[in-house]
Order: sequence, then structure tokens, then C-alpha cells
Amino acid sequence: MKTLFAATCLAGALALPSLAQAREVTLTTQLKPYSGNGAYLAIYVTDANGQYQKTLWVAGKKAKYYRHLSDWARGSGMNPSEFDGLSGASVGSGDTLTVSVELADTLIDAGYQIRIDSAVEDKRDSRADVSVALTSSGSSKPVSGNTYVESFTYAL
Amino acid sequence: MLRQFHSLPGLIAALLVMIMAISGAVLSVNPALERLHSTSIEAGQLNVGQLAGRIAQHFPGVEQIQRTASGTLIIYYTQDGQAAAQTVDPLTGEGLGPYEPSAVSRWVKDLHRSLFMGIAGHGVAGIGAFFMLILCVSGALLLARRLGGLRNLLRPLRGTFSQRWHAEVGRLAVLGLLLSALTGLYLCATTFGLIADGSQSEPAFPTAISAGVAQPVANLQALQATDLNDLRELVYPSPGHPQDVFSLRTAQGDGYVDPVSGALVSYQAHDSLHDLYQLIYQLHTGEGLWWLGLFLGLCALSVPLMSVTGMLLWWRRRKAGPRIRHNSPAHAADSVILVGSENNTTWGFASTLHDALHQAGHRVHSAAMNEWTGDYRSAQRVLILTATHGDGDAPASATQFLKRLEQCAIKPGLPFAVLGFGDRQFAQFCQYAHVVQAAMEQAGGVALLPLETINRQSSQEFMRWGLDLGEVLGQALKLVHNPERPRTHQLVLAECTVYGEQVQAPTHVLRFKAPGGLPRFQAGDLVGIYPPGSPLPRFYSLASSRDDGVLEICVRKHEGGLCSGFLHGLAIGASIKAFIQPNPQFRPASGAHPVILIGAGTGIGPLAGFIRNNKARHPMHLYWGGRNPASDFLYEPELNRYLADHRLTTLRAAFSQVQDRSYVQDRLINDALTLRRLIEKGAQVLVCGSREMAKGVRQALDEVLVPLNLSVQALKTQGRYREDVY
Repeated sequence: MKTLFAATCLAGALALPSLAQAREVTLTTQLKPYSGNGAYLAIYVTDANGQYQKTLWVAGKKAKYYRHLSDWARGSGMNPSEFDGLSGASVGSGDTLTVSVELADTLIDAGYQIRIDSAVEDKRDSRADVSVALTSSGSSKPVSGNTYVESFTYAL
Repeated sequence: MLRQFHSLPGLIAALLVMIMAISGAVLSVNPALERLHSTSIEAGQLNVGQLAGRIAQHFPGVEQIQRTASGTLIIYYTQDGQAAAQTVDPLTGEGLGPYEPSAVSRWVKDLHRSLFMGIAGHGVAGIGAFFMLILCVSGALLLARRLGGLRNLLRPLRGTFSQRWHAEVGRLAVLGLLLSALTGLYLCATTFGLIADGSQSEPAFPTAISAGVAQPVANLQALQATDLNDLRELVYPSPGHPQDVFSLRTAQGDGYVDPVSGALVSYQAHDSLHDLYQLIYQLHTGEGLWWLGLFLGLCALSVPLMSVTGMLLWWRRRKAGPRIRHNSPAHAADSVILVGSENNTTWGFASTLHDALHQAGHRVHSAAMNEWTGDYRSAQRVLILTATHGDGDAPASATQFLKRLEQCAIKPGLPFAVLGFGDRQFAQFCQYAHVVQAAMEQAGGVALLPLETINRQSSQEFMRWGLDLGEVLGQALKLVHNPERPRTHQLVLAECTVYGEQVQAPTHVLRFKAPGGLPRFQAGDLVGIYPPGSPLPRFYSLASSRDDGVLEICVRKHEGGLCSGFLHGLAIGASIKAFIQPNPQFRPASGAHPVILIGAGTGIGPLAGFIRNNKARHPMHLYWGGRNPASDFLYEPELNRYLADHRLTTLRAAFSQVQDRSYVQDRLINDALTLRRLIEKGAQVLVCGSREMAKGVRQALDEVLVPLNLSVQALKTQGRYREDVY
């Protein structure tokens, strides 16, 4: 199985001094061996009601397909500034995406969630393929997704 | 020039274009297959609200409904925590089975769109589409030029297997290929954002929804107002989101549906760019237009055939064509040599002249007369070497010359010289060279030398002309031409049928076999035979094809004839040296149009060959003239057999040394009514025999054609009248 590494992104932290209390979190998303083209994924933070807060990563380069990641698309308005420097290639069937991103301490153990919306060409769109509480105790514990994601882990 | 525009892209991109065409053809079947399996719903029969209500009865947890362009309905839902998909019957809302897009289709689609190379691959596919566009346009123009104008594009075609099929299939497929190439280029351009596809603007998500309890989906007014045929996609609200709405995409636009009020909110109609994208996408994929898909697929299937025959043609032309070394570009040359050649013999002389001028320090450009462009900026002289075909007609490489000379004028006062090649035995000796001389003078050229002619490839006469030319140029020009003998095959006489002894027209039908296998030839081609002691070959029309297993010619003995005497003296088992010269213009054209074959004496040879090969039983009518049915009725038993099995429709023979003497022309006049009917049905005429006879036939047919407002000349320009005369 191939592992995709993406560059660590510090840009977010530098641009937002108010989030100075931030740490690096590693997101590992392993996909199921579905048959189809590379999956588009949006990994983002919501509040307990599912309201969009912040984008962590977008996999997939063609913006015209972003509307298929519908909850995220609504929340972020697909505004490029929301995911500036936080995007990379789509993820192939059975592949694993590993990225390290900056995350504000205030979001941890405060009732927030990490969600993943996913979509594959000519296949269904999946809202909240993964939905997991963002807590210290949940760190490094894999959770399973319901559509394309086999397992998702965040390591604080 | 145009030819280069066709063959060069063809050679460079053959593989790429073939991959894209074959993969495209495979994909083209999908819309038709999908159409077969989907239920068609009339407009106004069912709205989206009704559909959603029916689906809700069977799939209460449905999350998304999609309708493909072909009308297949796919629903997505979650079962036991796992995502699932089914196709559903629009009339009942029942599931028809799990939906799983075909992996093969996806693989082929990826190959077609990007050759598995991602973004860069889209670019390569775009280049493929561009090459296809060039090939279609240049190919159509080439064919139009060959057939004498775009209006004549559908005329019957002649030529070798490759030539004929390349052009025949090409003109059938060109519209489909053009559509595929143009729409493919557009799609590629949208992928790279060079053309906007109208998909950028998304409707704004509604800020607030009505307070209250959500209605049953079937009652939502916005869904009831949407016809099923307009539906593209309906996404249900997230179950966990109290503030969520339906999102609805239709053929006309996108918007959201408030689950409480049932109203359509934030609706945004598609702009014209989006509609254009949808239309072009449909035209390219055939989605929702299954018949177009199949048509485009069929056209695409022609591409492998076109590529292979195209490469064969290019290779043969290259091999057959003259090898000119140090050929300067047309615009840079001070001396331009133009060649009118039927079978490359004249090219041999041109090549000798080219080398001599190059040696003398000139920049020389040699080309076929058909390539005349008028753009000879640096030219100080134009030297035209041309043979004559048939009865004063242009040879193969000069057929377009006079027309092109009219279109692209020459520099006024440009010095030129014409050298004609021919055989003094024939009445119209070097006739075409005279025509060219007059045309060049008319066009404003100034003769550098008077018109000269070369009889029977005489090296001495050619050298003398070289000396004259050298004198005007002020430098010694020594033209030493050693004609190159074509590669010959050894043929062994296997069979000989004798006719005409009693009527002083001894005629032999000779059948040869080749110990090492026969070369490739068809009835109507020519065989060149070297009689002992002569460096010049004599040509005979072939009465058989290689597939017949023998090489057959029909030879009448002429008084003092060197070659006919030699052939008549051959014993069974004796061998000769011969080579094949293709004559693709003289054979029945493609299609089921009637064929009128006219010949006299040994002219029956190729005509009998055509009839023998008429396995499709197209109507063929033979008019033939001999002397006496008792003595020289050539091929009589064979022709009777062909009449019986309908390879030959009618046989009208005329004999000149019997009581009621008649000639083939008389038969034509007698049958005027029948002939006119055949001509009206698109019949083509093939004439083989002596020059005298051919002239008589032309006069007779002109008489026959008067009531139709037609003439032999008119049929000739339409490519429906061909002669093989000697």
C-alpha cells in the first residue's frame, strides 16, 4: 500500500498570531479498496452541531468538483482563502494520506469534531464519511468511515 | 504541401490517435446500453415530488438521487452503517439492483481522457484531438482535390486497395471524426480552464430556513414543479442537521428546497456557457443521444483502418517516388524542375538533370507538376519535363497542373523550358507537353528554349537537349542518363489458347506462372515485358489478378512486332522477364453502380478480368468487337459461363468479317436507349482497345449521350469514363 506524504504546513500558524498556542497534528486517512478514480476528501473541524469551523486539508485539485464535498463546500463557501496552502492530490483507492497540520489548542477537548466529506467521480458523494470528536483521549485511536474511508487517525 | 499536412501528422500521431479512437469507440456503446436498460418517461408524466415519494416508500433513508442523461435513476443511502447504491424503477420507486459503475468502462475512460497520466495526460489527449482535426480537414481537402472539388466528394473512387479504402472509409467517417475532434478539443480546453464551462458559480446557501416541521418529501412544491426528465440530482438534508435543506440540480439550473415551506430558494439558472458545455459534452460522449454515440463510435472504428492504410500508402509512395538528393526548398531555388510522370520513368530523367544542375552550382528544386505553387521567389528558370497519358491527357503527377497554374500565376517573364517525353508510334506524340508549353506562354512565361521532345526515352536526345540548355545557361551541362530497369520477375508460360488464325489476326491468350510466387497485381494493371535484344519494355494490360493464380495477357501478333512475335513464339515452359506497373485508375470504381465495358480485339483482356472478379454480381455490360465468331471470339466459353452465373449481365458482340458486318460502335448506337438508362443510373464506362477504336467509341457515345445533355468529356471529368488505349 502506497503512502502519500504531504508537506507540513506552517503557513496557517504564522499568518494567525492569535492562534499562537498551536500544535502539530498528524492526520492519517486510509481508504478502502473501492473501484474508482482518486477520491476527493475534505478534512475539517466542526462544532458539536456540525457547523463548519476550519479546514484542515483538501485532497483533490480540480475546484470544479469541490461542490461534491457538500457539507464542507457549504461551510467553507469553497472560499480559496479557507484552504490556501492546505490542499494536495486526490487519494487513490486503497491508498493512505498522511498530512501534518497546525491545530489551535483551543479546539481540543472543547466539543469540536473532525469530519471528512468524500466524493469519487461517477460514484456517490459522502457527507461525514468520518465524524470523530477532537479530544486528547481520542488521539492515535483509529475510527472507521462509512463510505470510502477505511480508517482515520489523528495524532496530537 | 497539403499532402504533407496530412501524412506528417498522420505518421507522428498514428498511435495516439488510434488509442483514443479505439477507446472512444468502446465508450460509445455505453449510452446505447444504458438506454436499453432504462425506462423512458414522457415529459409531464412524472414529477420529482412523485418520484421522491415512491422512493421514500422503499428506501426511507435515501440521501441522494441521481438521474443520468440516459434516464437511469441511481439512489444512494446508508445501510447498516455502510454506503450503498441502487438503481430504481421511476414508476414504482422499487430498487432494481445494486449500482456499481463498470470497472472496465472506468479504465477505458481514463485511457481515453488522459492515458493514465493525470493532468499531463489530458494535455496529450488534447494534442491527439488536434491532430485528428488536422487529419480530417487536410484529408477532406485532399480527397476533394482528387475528385475535382468539394461538390464531387461523393463520387465513386478508384485505386489500389489501400487508396480506395482509405478514401472511401475516410469520407464516410470524416464528419463524425471532425465532431469528435472539435468537441474533444473544447473539453480539453475547459479542463485546463482556457474556456469557461460555466460551472464556477454555485448558488449561495440559504442563510435561514422556515421554522416548523418538515413536510413529507412528496408534498414539497418545488419538487412537484420539476419534471423528472429535467432532474439531474437531488441531495437530501443531512439527518443530523436541523438547518439543512435539499439541494436540487436540474437541466435548467441549481437551487435549494426548503423542507418546511417546500419553496425553491437561492435558485440560479444555468448561464449560456454552462448550457454550451452540457451540449458539447453530450455531443462528444453521446450521453442521452445513444444514436449519436453509436455513430461516433462507428466513425472512430475507422481510425485504425485509416492509420494502417495511410501508413501503407505513405510507405509505397516513398518507395515508388524518386529519390532526389540536395533538393532545395521551392522558394530558395534558382532552378525549378517540374515533372509530369505516369510511372516514374520521367522522374529518372529529372533526377539526372537535377544532379547535373546541382553539380554546376545551382540551387535546384524538383517536384511533381501537381505541386505547382507559383511561389518560386528566387527562381530564374522553370524546367518542365513531362510525359503524355492516353490521348494527349496529363500524366498522373500533372493532372492538377493546368488548374493550379491558373490559380497561382507565375512571375511575369519567368524563363521556362518544356521537354516532352513520348513515343512517335502514337498519333498524339507529346501532346500534353505542347499543351503545357502553350499554357506557360499564356501565363506570361518566356520560353528559354523551344519545346523539345524525347522519343522512346532516348538518352542521346536527352543529352543533346542538355547541351542546348547548357548553352543558354552559359555553362557546360552534360546529362548522362542511364535508365534504371525496374526489378523484374521471372515468369514461366503455363498455358496458351490460340484464336484468330483464320482471320489473319493471330491472337494468343497466355497464362504465366512464377516459380517464386507471383508479384502483386490486379486485372487492368500493366505488365512490362522486355523482348530479347531491346532495352525498352512493352506493356500489356493484365487480364487476371494475382488471386487467380496466373498472370494472363492477351496478345495479338503484329507484322514485324518484336515483342508480340517473341511472345507468340514462346513454348510452354519457356520463361520471360517482366515487371508490374500498377494502373489503379483503370478498374471498376467502388459501389454497386452499373459498369459498361467496351473493347475490341485484345482489349477484352482486362475487361474479362474485371468480369471474372465481379463476385458481388454488380451489373456489368460488355460490348466487344471481333472479326469472326468462328475464329477470334476471344474468351467465348468463359464469357458464356459468366453470363450463366450473372457475373456478366449482358454480352453484345459485333463482328466485322461476317455477312452482316458490324462494329462495336454500331452496337452502342443500337443500344442507345439501354445505355442512356444505365448512364442515368450512375454507370461508369471502361474502354480498352486501340486508339482508333477508342475514338470511334467516343463519337458513338457522344451521339448516344446527346439526349441526356451529357458527353464523353463530361463523364471523363466526373471520373466515370476511363480508357486504356494502345
